[in-house]
Amino acid sequence: MDALDPTATARARLARHSLSAARRRRDGLARGTILGGTILALIPLALIVYYLLAKGLGSWSWSFFTTDPTGNTFFKSSSIGGVKSAIVGTIEIVTLASVISIPIGIGVALWLIEYGRGSWFAHTVRFFIDVLTGVPSIIFGLFVYIALIVGTGSTYAGYKGSIALALLMLPVVTRSAEVILLLVPGSLREAALALGAPRWKVIWSVVLPTALPGLATGILLAIARAAGETAPLLFTAGATFKTNTNLSQFMNSLPVQIYNDVTSPTNAVVNRAWGAALTLVAMILVLNIIARLIARRSRLA
Amino acid sequence: MQASTLRAGGRSTLERPPLARLPDRALKYGLTALAAAILALIVYFFFRLVGEARPAFAKFGVLGFTFGQDWNVSAEQFGALPMLLGTLLTSGLALLIGVPVAVATALYATELCPARLRSPVTVLIELLAAVPSVVYGLWGIFYLAPKLQSPEQWIADRLSFIPFVGGGLVTIPNIFNAGLILAIMILPIVSAISREVMSTVPADHKEAALGLGATRWEMIRLAVLPYCRGGIVGGAMLGLGRAIGETIAVTILIGGATQMPTHLFAQGNSLAAVIANEFGEAEGLHRSALFAAGLVLFVLTLFVNAIARVIVLRAERVHAPQGAAQDPRGPGPPALAGTPGL
Repeated sequence: MDALDPTATARARLARHSLSAARRRRDGLARGTILGGTILALIPLALIVYYLLAKGLGSWSWSFFTTDPTGNTFFKSSSIGGVKSAIVGTIEIVTLASVISIPIGIGVALWLIEYGRGSWFAHTVRFFIDVLTGVPSIIFGLFVYIALIVGTGSTYAGYKGSIALALLMLPVVTRSAEVILLLVPGSLREAALALGAPRWKVIWSVVLPTALPGLATGILLAIARAAGETAPLLFTAGATFKTNTNLSQFMNSLPVQIYNDVTSPTNAVVNRAWGAALTLVAMILVLNIIARLIARRSRLA
Repeated sequence: MQASTLRAGGRSTLERPPLARLPDRALKYGLTALAAAILALIVYFFFRLVGEARPAFAKFGVLGFTFGQDWNVSAEQFGALPMLLGTLLTSGLALLIGVPVAVATALYATELCPARLRSPVTVLIELLAAVPSVVYGLWGIFYLAPKLQSPEQWIADRLSFIPFVGGGLVTIPNIFNAGLILAIMILPIVSAISREVMSTVPADHKEAALGLGATRWEMIRLAVLPYCRGGIVGGAMLGLGRAIGETIAVTILIGGATQMPTHLFAQGNSLAAVIANEFGEAEGLHRSALFAAGLVLFVLTLFVNAIARVIVLRAERVHAPQGAAQDPRGPGPPALAGTPGL
């Protein structure tokens, strides 16, 4: 490329002469390995995207989005239905989970930054939030099952799935909110306090508005993560075919629908799983892109 | 404070009247209560989980359950060793395959790649984290595992002299495939943490190495890698925590056999997968055994994550540039440190 640039040629010649062949070879080999590793890491991504599009787009149709799945999968493969109830269910469950976890998560983060700070109690709370981050998602399902189903005589319900997802989102929301709140300049808080504003007003009209874009990014990423989770929903929200708007009944969701369809011996049902997977990934991707766009416009960080 | 601003009662005229201070108090104590409630909730969940697992532990003993070899639902015999082994094998494989690749991507993004490729490479690797577990499972079982079956059989035949690796019949869902999909799934987090640590390597160290005539690789080996070792190990441990707890993709790809695994390419099970597979139909002692498996899994991830966080924290603390408040766990914004709590 730079063959016409005399200094580059000279530099290259110098480099070639000043390095022993063994060192140069080792350098090339190591660079090649590193590049190879990077390409290797991107191959699965490319394959997954390719298969999602190839298989998923094929099963997308108007009726795919507007009909409920049916249980009738063995005899008439044309009548298996779409994924409407799963899409509606995912949106309902995740919305309720967000309504629960966002205020609590931001509240805890506010307490950690504005009030708790270096106290031993704040360290304990932070430790427990870290513990929550590492808890496997299926354990959240078990927690909610124990607390809301064992011994209550009730069974699976959409809102129980929401609570499991809210527990999963809580540490993500809190952690990201904490990082963002820490970035709000102390001078802003001091200026407001010096003007005589009470602490709550400082938080409400200075700290939160300044941090808003960053908070929104963290929240959207937490929602995107929760939307793709299957394990916490299996024993909390259950699975059903019908679209329902009542959060106290069994509720379908895209991940659980895919999980149940994977094990089917019928091709058409597996194709429905691919279509549902493409739908789910598209939803998550949109959330991710919005999160990144907001993050780019944020004045903090 | 001057005497003229003090009333007879000793209260400053600048102080807010008690009623106006109410919202502040309410907010402060409300938020404190919220934080305390989270703590209480986690402790409550933990004890309820122990309570639900107790019948199984009482019957088989804690060690007898965790390291028992038989898991037989109809005979009411429950030992979690096959699942524990499956969890450890799959996550070990994930580390073995995933960590070197993740470190390579991080090195490429921070040290080798042309500046305009840096952000696309990073974004693409992070995209791997956006794919849901169930989609990895779907892709793995319908594409990856069938494609890998005959190469795996070839390897198993050639390596038949190695116990546990070779000699057996390769099934489509198997332990190795589950480990491979986990390797892909932990890639983004290990890569992100490695990249973060690599970006803290002081430019002087790298320039010094290059200035002494080191090649790029020698610079990486002498200046970058030793500096980042702690961070990379910590990132790998966090990845291990993820891999141990990952449920759905493993459930789909590992097969669900409850016998002791016979070889690497045979069906197996993991602690998380056995819960996902069997919990729906479980009753009585079987359900208690699944709760016990959940508790073993919970404790295992707690342990791994605790070690990981200590390592990452230490690595960050050692290397953080003087005075920069990079660590959100620090004592709070310096400008606020002197403000009295209002």
